[in-house]
Formats: sequence, structure tokens, C-alpha cells
Amino acid sequence: MSLDAKTVTRIARLARIGLKPEEVETLGQDMGSIIDWVEQLKEVDVTGIDPMIGTGLAKPRLREDAVTDGDCRDKVLSNAPEREGPFFTVPKVVE
Amino acid sequence: MSGIHDFTLASARDALKSRKISAVELTNAHIDAIERLDGQLNSFITRTPDQAREGAKVADEALAKGEGGRLCGIPLGIKDLFCTNGVRTTAASKILGNFVPPYESTVTANLLKDGAVFLGKLNLDEFAMGSANLNSAFGPAVNPWKRKDSDAKLVPGGSSGGSAAAVAAGLVLGATGTDTGGSIRQPAAFTGIAGIKPTYGRCSRFGTIAFASSLDQAGPMARNLQDCAILLESMAGFDPRDSTSVDTPVPNYEASLKRGVKGLRVGIPKEYHVEGMPAEIEALWQQGMNWLRDAGAEIVEVSLPHTKYGLPTYYIAALAEASSNLARYDGLRFGERVSAPSLDGLYEASRAAGFGEEVKRRILIGTHVLSSGYYDAYYLRAQKVRTLIQQDFLKAFENVDVLLTPTAPSGAFAQDEKPTDPVQMYLNDVFTVPASMAGVPALSVPAGLDARGVPLGLQLIGKFFDEETLIAAGHAIEQAAAFHHRPTIHAGVSA
Repeated sequence: MSLDAKTVTRIARLARIGLKPEEVETLGQDMGSIIDWVEQLKEVDVTGIDPMIGTGLAKPRLREDAVTDGDCRDKVLSNAPEREGPFFTVPKVVE
Repeated sequence: MSGIHDFTLASARDALKSRKISAVELTNAHIDAIERLDGQLNSFITRTPDQAREGAKVADEALAKGEGGRLCGIPLGIKDLFCTNGVRTTAASKILGNFVPPYESTVTANLLKDGAVFLGKLNLDEFAMGSANLNSAFGPAVNPWKRKDSDAKLVPGGSSGGSAAAVAAGLVLGATGTDTGGSIRQPAAFTGIAGIKPTYGRCSRFGTIAFASSLDQAGPMARNLQDCAILLESMAGFDPRDSTSVDTPVPNYEASLKRGVKGLRVGIPKEYHVEGMPAEIEALWQQGMNWLRDAGAEIVEVSLPHTKYGLPTYYIAALAEASSNLARYDGLRFGERVSAPSLDGLYEASRAAGFGEEVKRRILIGTHVLSSGYYDAYYLRAQKVRTLIQQDFLKAFENVDVLLTPTAPSGAFAQDEKPTDPVQMYLNDVFTVPASMAGVPALSVPAGLDARGVPLGLQLIGKFFDEETLIAAGHAIEQAAAFHHRPTIHAGVSA
């Protein structure tokens, strides 16, 4: 079942992706058919089953709480689309 | 100089060590081949010939002194998902079209440390999302194979389609790939080459642009398993900068080629006989069983009862993780920015302009399944089913050493035969996704040609960190299949 325009618009807003009106309908259909298809997971009995979190192969590790990286401000800023001196710039967010 | 494009990675390594050929000659021959043929294949997004020649010179100096690492002077291609210091890295996305990483991924750093020479960055599906390399902002990579009755352009598979095309056409001696649900194995099968998806945690993910972090795994793609084994030995290893990296020694993978399969128990998962699978793929699978049996292995039927839930589980888990991982492309710190009066407007405009259609679709579905009210119904349930899928494999491996299956349900299809329904498109990954979900290693080897002259692959799936048994069994298939066919477009074919 196709997702309605309101739902698609709400999800797009959550994902911060601007959509054109004509995209909303097509995406609603595509997303609806994918969601319908994954509904088949409802038939699996998962009573008492833990969710898989990682493969359980990597051991959690601790390291010394010490600086291991840094002092590379220009590298960090080197791909900034817009910057002012040592700062990233953003549109004004506080009135 | 004839025969230079007949080298495998292993034979080139030996020829370099014995100084029968110089690294500069070898590198130049590959740069020439790329210039001649890549206009047809579009397998490279960025070429780095100057850097490669420089690297080759350094390699020759080391080789002349009898020094140099295990890949000294070997020309490789790098999937454009691995960050390379000072060399543009795009993930085949417009949003990273001008991104130049100020650091090197661990996998590529390991290859450079061993003396490899990088010819450039290889095409892929945008952010590794796709099975045909049709979702690249830099245009599709093209399969060097053609059907014998048609000139139609075939897809090289995906997402590591550029890596597969470049290896198959002889433009590089090997390439890196990444595999989230089949992105090494399926393109390897589509182009008649070998590829290994190692155990999750075997190769570091540090510096590899993330798609679905609990599934992404780097691995080698090359013309045969010996070459893949040599590459894997260099790429693999513990990395403290990746919290999912596993601290276990890297064995001598090349040595495992000689092990043979005598007494090996090979499982055939009965659920992989899917409805509608072409008869020639069933026949090839049977042929694979016969080859392994003739080499001394025992064939045993096994059951992986949750196989049919692999794909839908994958598309929930992978897309949820993708929506989270790709949130970082906000137009502020790196990547394409489209200005707007408000901050939210800037995010929305930058992401609308920077992401392609399939990436947007996947982010939106991922956002949906993680959103309030749906999390338990979709994401949490999928992670529980994933546990069941993993248990299927662990149980099967109590009784067998490896599993044998086809790699993909078809050979390479033409660019214009791409299914319009996204669910149909996802079915390409039906045999590769379950091993990714479980985190176990798997490989694909070329095993034959279909009726139209296009290569088909067989997949082997192994136990956690037992890539050696996989390689041994894969090599037995290689020897029996004796796959020496070459694609229509190949560096060694004179025009």
C-alpha cells in the first residue's frame, strides 16, 4: 500500500531531505511497496529472542583517557563549504 | 611488450622480485590500458597516474635492494569509498563530489605500507547502495563482458562495480571492494573474477565511508583466489581505531590454497533452491558439488530455515543504519552546500541536491522504521530475526565446514533490463545477504559461462575467521572449473 503524502512529507522532514511535490507521490509508492514486503517478518515467532547487537566477536576495550589525536585545525576545516577564519559558518539560528 | 596483461597479481609479484620487469614498466602498462579502455568502461572516478608513477619509482628502488613489502610495485585500484589522503574521495555521490580527505583509511594505509601502487579511485553505486552500479553520480560503470549475440551494455554488478570491471578488463591487478549485502561477491560473479567478503571485524572500517556499520566489511577483488589471498593478508588486521575490529592474528592466507578439501564437509542449504532460479544456475551449483566431491569433500544437505527472511531483515537493518550514518552530510562541515535562509532549509536543500534517488529512498525508509511508534514493529523485530538467521548458520557449522551456493540468481543483465520495482532489484542479493547478516565470511569464484556467454559464480560461506578453509575450498573449485575465459574488453586483446 502506498504511503500517503502527509506521511512521506513527515518522514522527509525528519530526515531533513527537501522533496518536490512530484517526488512525494513516487516515493510514497516505492516506500509503500518496500514496507509491504518487509511486513512478512511479522510471521516469524521472536518470543524470547534477543536482538542481535554486533556479532559478539569484538571484545569491548578500554584505553587510557589520553589525547591521541588533534592539533590539526586546518585539516578539519579543509573541506568546509564555507568558513570564516577558524570557524564553520551557518545561517543565523538565534534571533 | 607482449604478455604484460597476462600477469596475475602473484605472477607480477614474482616477476618484480626477480627483476624480470620493473614496477615502472608494469605501472605504465596499466596506465596505458586505462587510457585506452576506460572511456568504454567508466570504471574509474578519479585517476592518479602521476602518483602511481612516483610510487612505482620508489618501489623499483626498494626492489633493486632486494627490499620492499609483499605488494611492492603492484598496481591496484581503490573503491572510491576508502578515504585516501589528499586524493578526492566521492562515494560516487554528488554530495561528496569535491571531498578531499585529510587522512588515509586503515585498509589503504596497510596496502601502501606493503608497497602497493594506486592507479586511482574506482566507480561504485552511490554510498555503496545498489547491485548494478547504475546509481553512481559519475555515470554507470560498464561490464567488460558482452553477450555473444548482442552488443548491449551489461551491468558489472554492484556496489563494487568499478572494482569488478577494472579487474576483469585487466586495468588493475587487484582492487579493494566493500561488501554490505553482497557488494563484493555479486559484482565478482557478474564479471568472472574472485572476491572475498571476510568475517565482520577482519578488516578495519576506519576511514571507509559508512553505509550500514554493522554489515560493512572491506575485502579483496582479483582475477583469482591466490591474488585475493595475497591482498587480504595485507588489508586485514586489528585496528584500535575501529571498535568492531577483532584482535586475532592474520594467518598466511596464500598458504591455505594448497590445503585441499579431502574430508571437508560441504553443506548445501536446501532453502537456496529458490523458486524461479534459472536451470543453468541450478546445473552450475550441481557441477560445483560434483567438483568438490571429486576433490575429496563430502556433500551434506543442511537447512537454514530463516533464509527467506534474510532480505527483508537486511533492508530494515541496513536502511536504518544508513539513515543514521548519512545524517552527517549536512552541508556544513564538508560536502556540497546549498544555501538557504534557515539552518533547516540549508540541510533540506543541500541533502535534496546532493543525494541521488536511491540514496534518498533508502534514507527515508530507514528514517521511517526508526521513527517513533515504528521502532519496535520494524527495527527491533528485524534485529531479533537477525539473531535467528545467525543461529541458523552457527547450527549448520556444527555439522559442516563450509556452505556452497550460487552467488547470484542470474548472470549480468543489460543496463536497460534493470527492474523498475525496487523489491525485484533487491532480489539480486538473495544469496549473499544472509552471510552478511550473520557476519560470517564468504567468497565468490567464477565457475562457468551461461548460455549467452556471460560469467556465473559460485559462493562459499565459512565459519567466523576461517577464511583459510574458504580459500582452500574455493581453490578446489577454481582448479576444477579452469575458468580462463576473457571478457570482450580486455587490456590484453589488441584492437
